[in-house]
Amino acid sequence: MLTPSSPHAVGNQSVQQVMFSVWAATLPGFAALIWFFGWGYLINAVLAVATALVAEAIILRLRRRPVWFFLGDGSALLTAWLLALALPPLAPWWIPVIGTLAAIVFAKHLYGGLGNNPFNPAMVGYAVLLISFPVEMTTRWGIPAALATEAHSLLDSARVIFAGLRVDPALVDGMTMATPLDVYKNDIATLDAAELRAEPLFSAGWRVYGWEWVSGLYLLGGLYLLWRRIITWHIPVAVLGSLTLLALLFSWNPDLRVPVDLHLLGGATMLGAFFIATDPVSAATSNRGKLVFGAGIGILIYVIRTWGNYPDAVAFAVLLMNFAAPLIDHYTRPRVYGEGRS
Amino acid sequence: MTDNAGTITRNGLWTNNPALVQLLGLCPLLAVSGTVVNALGLSVATLAVLMGSNLAVSLLRHYVSDAVRLPAFVMIIAALVTCAEMLMRAFTYELYQILGIFIPLIVTNCAILGRADGFARKNPPLPALLDGLMMGLGFGAVLVLLGAIRELIGQGTLFANMHLLFGDVARGWVWTPIDNYPNFLFAVLPPGAFVVTGLLIALKNAIDSGAEARRARAPIERGSKRVRVTGKIT
Repeated sequence: MLTPSSPHAVGNQSVQQVMFSVWAATLPGFAALIWFFGWGYLINAVLAVATALVAEAIILRLRRRPVWFFLGDGSALLTAWLLALALPPLAPWWIPVIGTLAAIVFAKHLYGGLGNNPFNPAMVGYAVLLISFPVEMTTRWGIPAALATEAHSLLDSARVIFAGLRVDPALVDGMTMATPLDVYKNDIATLDAAELRAEPLFSAGWRVYGWEWVSGLYLLGGLYLLWRRIITWHIPVAVLGSLTLLALLFSWNPDLRVPVDLHLLGGATMLGAFFIATDPVSAATSNRGKLVFGAGIGILIYVIRTWGNYPDAVAFAVLLMNFAAPLIDHYTRPRVYGEGRS
Repeated sequence: MTDNAGTITRNGLWTNNPALVQLLGLCPLLAVSGTVVNALGLSVATLAVLMGSNLAVSLLRHYVSDAVRLPAFVMIIAALVTCAEMLMRAFTYELYQILGIFIPLIVTNCAILGRADGFARKNPPLPALLDGLMMGLGFGAVLVLLGAIRELIGQGTLFANMHLLFGDVARGWVWTPIDNYPNFLFAVLPPGAFVVTGLLIALKNAIDSGAEARRARAPIERGSKRVRVTGKIT
């Protein structure tokens, strides 16, 4: 990959090692997702990864590239994995399949493969799905295990995912709901914050509610990546900082808008800040550029969540800032050593 | 400089296809190719206007001076589009309402002005008419193909609502391969049109380069390299 700005030095970690480390860093969060929301995430991940490997192999074959070399670098696997983490766990089986195809075939290979894609492939897949299937993408989220009326097995998840419309609607209703962000945003119009917080979804406390744990473990995984120097602090800090600032400014009244703790922990914010926005290919390059890039994502997340139609906004925010990344790079080129300050 | 009929036909339908090669008239191509019936309605209107304008421009080619030719062509096209619009309003009113602004916008379809200025104004009426027909067919074929692909992927039907164009006999033409198809909105919305158009262009280029490669690989006949001189050189 040719970076548009310095440093041009080649790191000592291979693509494969980087991809594997990022994948490993998501594992605690992934385990928490399965613990709280059931086996759907595992089925999603298997479907997405299998689709990604097959699609990648076929496209590499068509493009006459060495198949095993590029399959082995793990980038397709990671793209599919990140997409699977972001998808609702009980959506029909064709949701992860179509999303992964859009990510690998269209967002990655039609632009020239790894290192040449201007947009984050996983988020392109997510955006295509969200635009195409708004109902499936917003209502098929898992109910936290502690709130479900009865326990659901791997088989129940598989039935909801694969049986499509023939599955018993009661089973689907018993296992799915909207995300807490979505629920809060919609219900705050009729209830006040105290009433809403008394509902089982929000009052169950730290042990069962789930999303805080998942976000916290993503944060932990992100800190691991920082420690391994796979990512720098600039993008995550800028994303979280700008989002927190805006949420404190505009959402200080929890009776009107989604409060700051839900913004940070109730959705895909942590996953986006540490694992999605830090994609080295589609993000800005210089450190100053990364700060601008991350701040833009944080601002857009807040704006779309609060004044837009969609309950969560990480995918759109990242894609919009991907558009801006070349411009940001142009204006934040680091001073060349020896060049005078202007 | 008049091309023969075969060249004109090949240009219009394939080698210089307005939609796939010249990339002209993309606005209607992308905007109203959501279903077969919309695409067919618009391509018939465009075809009629294109033939009429090519014929009229060619007939008037000695009387319009170069300085004012573009305004003159636009006036001719606008008059023809108005006719097409009134005809559609009279005979296919529902389709007219669905297509809406895109019928008057045929005036600004640069494929039509491009053919008027690039071909019809330099050629006699008959070749100009043929060029209009072939360019219109080439444009319409891509439009209908795009409509079919987007309709099939987007809403899981083919030839839905054809009665808007062909009357009540066409009500039963709709073909639904999968029951309870969940609408794939991406294909219905404009981004789907861009993506499918891009894939069609890629397909055409792949076919062309495949044909090229086959021609290059074809073995040269033995002995045909040498020029044989049968006559007596004096």
